[in-house]
Amino acid sequence: MLTEEPALTPIAGGTDLLVHWPGNLEARKRDYLDLSRLRESQSGIVWEDDRVTLGPLTTYWDAITDDRFKKEFPILIVAARQVGAVQIQTRGTWAGNICNGSPVADGVPALMAVDAQVELRSAKGSETIPLDRFYTGYKQSRMQSDQLVTGITIPRRQFTTQFFEKVGSRKAQAITKVGVAVTHSDETGWRVVSNAMAAVIMRCGEIEALLSSDAKIRKPEDLLGAVDADMTPIDDLRSTAAYRRTVFARILFHALRERNVRVSTDAG
Amino acid sequence: MPDAHETNTIPIDCTINGERVAMDVNPSWRLLDLLRDHLGLTGAKEGCGEGECGACTVRIDGLPANSCLVLAAQAHGCNVETVESLDPESLGHLHECGTTQCGACTPGVVITADWIRNNPDSLEHGSIRSLMAGNLCRCTGYDGIIDGVRASIDAGASKGNRS
Ligand SMILES: Cc1cc2nc3c(=O)[nH]c(=O)nc-3n(C[C@H](O)[C@H](O)[C@H](O)COP(=O)(O)OP(=O)(O)OC[C@H]3O[C@@H](n4cnc5c(N)ncnc54)[C@H](O)[C@@H]3O)c2cc1C
Ligand code: FES
Ligand code: FES
Repeated sequence: MLTEEPALTPIAGGTDLLVHWPGNLEARKRDYLDLSRLRESQSGIVWEDDRVTLGPLTTYWDAITDDRFKKEFPILIVAARQVGAVQIQTRGTWAGNICNGSPVADGVPALMAVDAQVELRSAKGSETIPLDRFYTGYKQSRMQSDQLVTGITIPRRQFTTQFFEKVGSRKAQAITKVGVAVTHSDETGWRVVSNAMAAVIMRCGEIEALLSSDAKIRKPEDLLGAVDADMTPIDDLRSTAAYRRTVFARILFHALRERNVRVSTDAG
Repeated sequence: MPDAHETNTIPIDCTINGERVAMDVNPSWRLLDLLRDHLGLTGAKEGCGEGECGACTVRIDGLPANSCLVLAAQAHGCNVETVESLDPESLGHLHECGTTQCGACTPGVVITADWIRNNPDSLEHGSIRSLMAGNLCRCTGYDGIIDGVRASIDAGASKGNRS
């Protein structure tokens, strides 16, 4: 499965690579390494006492239909059901979502919020990179061109809270305008990951610190200082930076309030 | 302008609508191209070519997939089912409920609908409407489609197909 041929582009589900294929002469000229032929052996979800590992070919639908996964990591199931429609979920892989590196991906923020680690391998050896340190800039990552993702490992924890919320322009198949993935466990505290806010999907350290402090959070505006400290939102065709910043604070606030965690609803 | 890929071929061996297909495919063909242009199976339609509309939906190893986003070479070792493989009788309910108007979306709709009918467990993961969300229709407003799928599930259940 490993190659010394950096000129080969790996292809898994093809749901990113094959969009507009007939007209995409540049893409058609490249040479591909078809990982999907390994689906039978590489799509399993492996459970161990302290962790669960997704294979390089594990699709969204594989996770959606795994009862244990649904029970322990509802955040990942909610995110998976938001990736396109069923036809995309049955082919698209978690690894492809990570490697595509889009700042509006839906699988990545949920994986980052559960401290997923990316296993990379090349003919030279293997390494593991925490997903929250994987990206270095817009569509840039620490993965080298001769490396393949060979697994995604997630520690098993008792979460007290886990959720993924996204705002898009319609319900199914919508590109995320603003999204947030949040978990809390007594062991490791808060994880807050922003999606479609900055050039990369990222952990929001200031918001995490605010949630861990005793500061009162009574309204969405109470989050804005931390939001601004963590990220400079992007302006693009789908929305403006000002819209993203306000909406992000609102969806995070209301999601916490709905679940009765961390925010104060009393007047005083 | 033919590129180098036009002259190479990749051997595949797969099952399409129950029949073994062993042939050499061009690396740049999509599964949709293989079906329509080379096997004469024109049921799956090309709508958008980018995974949005679902007109090209087929089943690969039992699951609905967009054949515009799969290379023909990736069908190797797979079991592919197109709308041509379905029993027309099983589709009566869709017809009665106004599932079809112009028909452009219908082959894809029918494949997904048939998958839901034969896999009622899929409804644990979403409503009929959400499972059908990958099949866009510009005519019916969807209610006819949803009603048709529901009716065919109920009929399947009454025939004892639902465990
Ligand atoms: C209609 C439509 C709707 C979509 N909606 C969403 C959405 O709502 N949210 C969302 O996040 N995404 C969405 N997507 C994008 C896409 O489905 C996902 O990003 C998916 O997870 C990609 O996985 P894949 O296996 O299909 O990747 P591929 O297209 O096969 O590959 C994607 C990239 O990853 C690389 N790659 C794949 N596997 C490996 C590996 N093991 N090692 C190294 N590199 C690898 C490839 O070289 C390529 O660069 C949508 C796509 C379509 C067509
Ligand atoms: S043609 Fe394949 S989804 Fe539209
Ligand atoms: S019947 Fe015309 S697009 Fe659906």
